[in-house]
Amino acid sequence: MSVNVRTKRVGGVLVASLQGELDDHSADAVRKALDRELDAMSPPRLVLDLEGVTFMDSSGLGVILGRYRKISERGGQMRIASVPAQIHKLFAISGLHKVMHVHAKQGEAVRALKEVSQ
Amino acid sequence: MTPTNEMQIRFTAVSGNESFARVAVAAFVAQMNPTMDELTEVKTIVSEAVTNAIIHGYPDGFGEVTLQCKIVGDTMELVVSDSGVGIADMNAVRQPLYTSRPDLERSGMGFTIMESFADEFDVVSSVGHGTHLKFRKRIGEASMPLSAARES
Repeated sequence: MSVNVRTKRVGGVLVASLQGELDDHSADAVRKALDRELDAMSPPRLVLDLEGVTFMDSSGLGVILGRYRKISERGGQMRIASVPAQIHKLFAISGLHKVMHVHAKQGEAVRALKEVSQ
Repeated sequence: MTPTNEMQIRFTAVSGNESFARVAVAAFVAQMNPTMDELTEVKTIVSEAVTNAIIHGYPDGFGEVTLQCKIVGDTMELVVSDSGVGIADMNAVRQPLYTSRPDLERSGMGFTIMESFADEFDVVSSVGHGTHLKFRKRIGEASMPLSAARES
């Protein structure tokens, strides 16, 4: 199983939509795909859309937390959008929802990031 | 209680087999008429346990994982075993956010998630000999089974 990472730029925000199963096997490819684009941004601003993620475990949490740390260290911002119900449960167990901003829709997350950067 | 049904799979400890293990157990417990939530929790338990065996049991990358699953009444019993290095500090691995492999950008939430999704979770480990992660989970506690959800 693999995850498809689709990216686009909306203003100065990188919007990355994941589709598929995010586990230990696919985590490294997702990490590299996101970092390749984030490393070229200063400061990095990312909206990670999880609507298409059909399965995720703690390896996926590691990818998200890792990007959050890297982006924060470089003075950037990150938002999560469209979290499926089964992944919400992982966010609650891990406490991730207390650390990160989670939005119901991608557009809402992009608008929030643009407002923060103005 | 006598097991009503059981299966066992042994596979190479490579990450490409994580999804195979999830799907195999999910297919086996489907006969218990689980809800979507229960099936997702079972798949997550399997994924965490198998990933743990692959990454932490065999840090050198060579070994096998054995997965045993039994259906006993309304309960699924699952054992995920490796013959790897074992766990030296059992208290540490049960702490949320602990990881022995920060180099791999692990979240350290694997044990916490397995504890949350299983009704019972035991770890039997011997340094130099391997680890057995044992789970019990009742299936069918919620109101809408998967078959009904598909029809609605």
